[in-house]
Amino acid sequence: MNEIINVSRRDFLRTGALIGGGLILGFSLPLRESFRAAATPAAAPFTPNAFIRIGADDLVTIIINKSEMGQGVYTSLPMLVAEELECDWSKVRVESAPVAPEYNHTAFGIQLTGGSTSVSSEWERFRKAGAAAREMLIAAAAETWKVNKAGCQAEKGFVIHEGTKRRLSYGKLVEKAAQMKPPQDVPLKQPKDFKVIGKSMKRLDTPKKTNGSALFGIDVKFPGMLTALVARPPVFGGKVKSFNAGKAKTAPGVKAVVQIDSGVAVIADSFWSAHLGREALEVVWEEGPLVTFDSQAQREQYAELAKKPGAVAAQRGDLRTAMTKATKRIEAVYEVPYLAHATMEPLNCLVDLRADRCEIWTGTQSQTFDRDAAARVSGLKPEQVKIHTTLLGGGFGRRANPHSDFVIEAVQVAKAIERPVKVIWTREDDIKGGYYRPMWYDRMEAGLGANGHLIAWQHTIVGQSILEGTFLATMVKDGVDGSSVEGAANMPYEIPNVLVDLHTPKIGVPVLWWRSVGHSHTAFVVESFIDELAHAAGKDPYEFRRGLLANHPRHLGALNLAVKKAGWGKPLAKGRFRGIAVHKSFGSFVAQVAEVSVNPKGEVRVHKVVCAIDCGRIVNPNTIEAQMESGIVFGLSAALHGAITFKDGRVEQSNFNDYPVLRINEMPHVEVYIVPSQEPPSGVGEPGVPPIAPAVGNAIFAATGKRIRRLPIRRDELKKV
Amino acid sequence: MISLHVNGKRYEVDVDPDVPLLWVIREQLGLTGTKYGCDMALCGSCIVHIDGKAERSCQISVKEAQGKKITTIEGIPENHPVKKAWISEDVPQCGYCQSGQIMAAAALLKKKPQPNDADIDDFMFGIICRCGTYQRIRRAIHRAAKMMNKGGKR
Ligand code: FES
Ligand code: FES
Repeated sequence: MNEIINVSRRDFLRTGALIGGGLILGFSLPLRESFRAAATPAAAPFTPNAFIRIGADDLVTIIINKSEMGQGVYTSLPMLVAEELECDWSKVRVESAPVAPEYNHTAFGIQLTGGSTSVSSEWERFRKAGAAAREMLIAAAAETWKVNKAGCQAEKGFVIHEGTKRRLSYGKLVEKAAQMKPPQDVPLKQPKDFKVIGKSMKRLDTPKKTNGSALFGIDVKFPGMLTALVARPPVFGGKVKSFNAGKAKTAPGVKAVVQIDSGVAVIADSFWSAHLGREALEVVWEEGPLVTFDSQAQREQYAELAKKPGAVAAQRGDLRTAMTKATKRIEAVYEVPYLAHATMEPLNCLVDLRADRCEIWTGTQSQTFDRDAAARVSGLKPEQVKIHTTLLGGGFGRRANPHSDFVIEAVQVAKAIERPVKVIWTREDDIKGGYYRPMWYDRMEAGLGANGHLIAWQHTIVGQSILEGTFLATMVKDGVDGSSVEGAANMPYEIPNVLVDLHTPKIGVPVLWWRSVGHSHTAFVVESFIDELAHAAGKDPYEFRRGLLANHPRHLGALNLAVKKAGWGKPLAKGRFRGIAVHKSFGSFVAQVAEVSVNPKGEVRVHKVVCAIDCGRIVNPNTIEAQMESGIVFGLSAALHGAITFKDGRVEQSNFNDYPVLRINEMPHVEVYIVPSQEPPSGVGEPGVPPIAPAVGNAIFAATGKRIRRLPIRRDELKKV
Repeated sequence: MISLHVNGKRYEVDVDPDVPLLWVIREQLGLTGTKYGCDMALCGSCIVHIDGKAERSCQISVKEAQGKKITTIEGIPENHPVKKAWISEDVPQCGYCQSGQIMAAAALLKKKPQPNDADIDDFMFGIICRCGTYQRIRRAIHRAAKMMNKGGKR
């Protein structure tokens, strides 16, 4: 304790620096500068393409056009480059890409991180970028040595001339390499020659995420910046009728109170001042038509709709005739609620708006939407808007909003106050803020023929469309939003007579993709109902599925592996029961076996989950394993706890007390097994989520004879009375 | 002026004495490793050490923290066994909750050098990881306990 540092509020705001010397940290610099300082020095770096920059200091900076939100893209994408670049992995650094066409998603045509597509969509492009750079470095070395290129090779950040054993590091070659012509179509390595891809690589971002230096949007700060909290309507679709800022403005530190489209912003010199100001703010709301909205009434409305025929999403055979021929008919209704993403880092967005430019620091999954929205709101051209993508404290879809809600709001606040300002959402704002996974209601009917053969299957789905009104509205065809029926319309079981239909009511609650999107409900319904049918047919749930999957080798591959590793059919500890589910999503096939017990109070304990995944060619087993664990936890949170409900138009939940998520004491032991595959890589961020709810529900049925048809699982329904 | 002892340094801070310590650490001291997650003692993202014990900085006013010895994630040495174990097990995903997890784990091991899984669950119960890194957290704590037992730095 020898240093005394004075931090006066005024000085802090004026300079953003600590007084007392020696402690002026990077935190007061705009992120862009600190990124540069940490990366490569300015001395003529070699930038063979938009994704790679090699400095004279040998550092290799890989510019990543995907957002790192925990899924590991800041490691897996560099691996793709490194495989071909033959660089020294310890010299690899990562930088987030600006918004520019060359960083667009190869399939979506905009800059976006979603759909578990980061590795699959960049599988070719990032490897090619690495290969082209390598060839230019080799050419540069050959020219330096005046030797034939063919006698040179690249290895661990050096080009080596085989004949003379001369070697030059990439850093020594940058100047010359920059003058080389970028080669066209360099052949990529054969998988048998892979040195990096397929290896369990440690995450590049772990050190920073263990010492507090990782920068999230909420951490970015610079001189003169203010903080704002927004009072939003208590009912979706509501508006400000009037407000009285008198008391709010007397809260110490409050600078201004302004009305914006989404509500009233209280702007202050610190979070806490903005918070106190918002508490003191008086707003009269025009609550709008949803003021009587109620979850129970919505269930009844959906139940009515489900009795009527909907838009056809899939049809084969002759369902009605088959049903009349069935020897056994089984009906069931499944329901899941609205869910909030509840990312660990609450939403936030920092905007510095000037007459001729707008700079934004935020953790976003959807840079192009956000940039264009900021341009619209600020009246600038898109090219005058710069987005600095920070690390994301979780995304799960919430930070890829085609409506750019949290960005538009922050730009409006910045416009009103004419100072750099960061809008922070409190946890309550986040839980009550909408853009939920839709509530779904599914009516099922099936017919079993002789010998328990499944001959007829009807699945009627009711729920809001996510894609309507977004850039993906073209994926809504003949009244069917593909994301509402994914995993249901294309479910793999071979049944001769099938009808899947959909009702898409307009409700007014904002909805959005939530990790695994439609699969988050269809897997629960299809995999639980198929289990019901297995029991109705008197068959083992695994064998029953196997019999219907003969032409689906990858489903079977995952299923068989999970069954083998879990010891399916083998005796268990007393009181424990197994349930199984398999589901394909985002190109990957995942099977899970859950081991569960239920006590007399109806409390469910998930002891163990064995998970098998076929995600095509394996890029980083470490990531695959982590993402399966992560998906299982996310799905379990929803299965055991999650529900957003409404009363009098108001969201009834507010924080982690009434919107609980899984905690460590509920964490099952998870084992992950990967099916070897030569197929192109497919998703891992989302596919771990869908199978867990049905696997657990099916285990609960094995344990209690009670079928879980509504999530979250309710203890009262399982209690021994 | 409030006087704070954080990570071995003394700070004189001109703030309202009722402001939660969390926000002073983050905004006035610029130590942003300590995170905001709920403000209601529900998530543990904001955990720091106060006089050696894990405490939620969102629940303590800066006035109450005066004169106490405060350590944040930035004050944990790089060679601390918990940090090393976290890196070996590659625990973090998004990373947002991890400062709280690490601070809690370090406090747990001080209290209980050889925790079993039940001890870990009991102590770490309050710290949410939305990314679901719990299994690796358990493994990392066991690893850190082993390191410390072999005479590593506590
Ligand atoms: S922010 Fe303190 S416990 Fe959540
Ligand atoms: S690592 Fe993301 S919340 Fe824990």
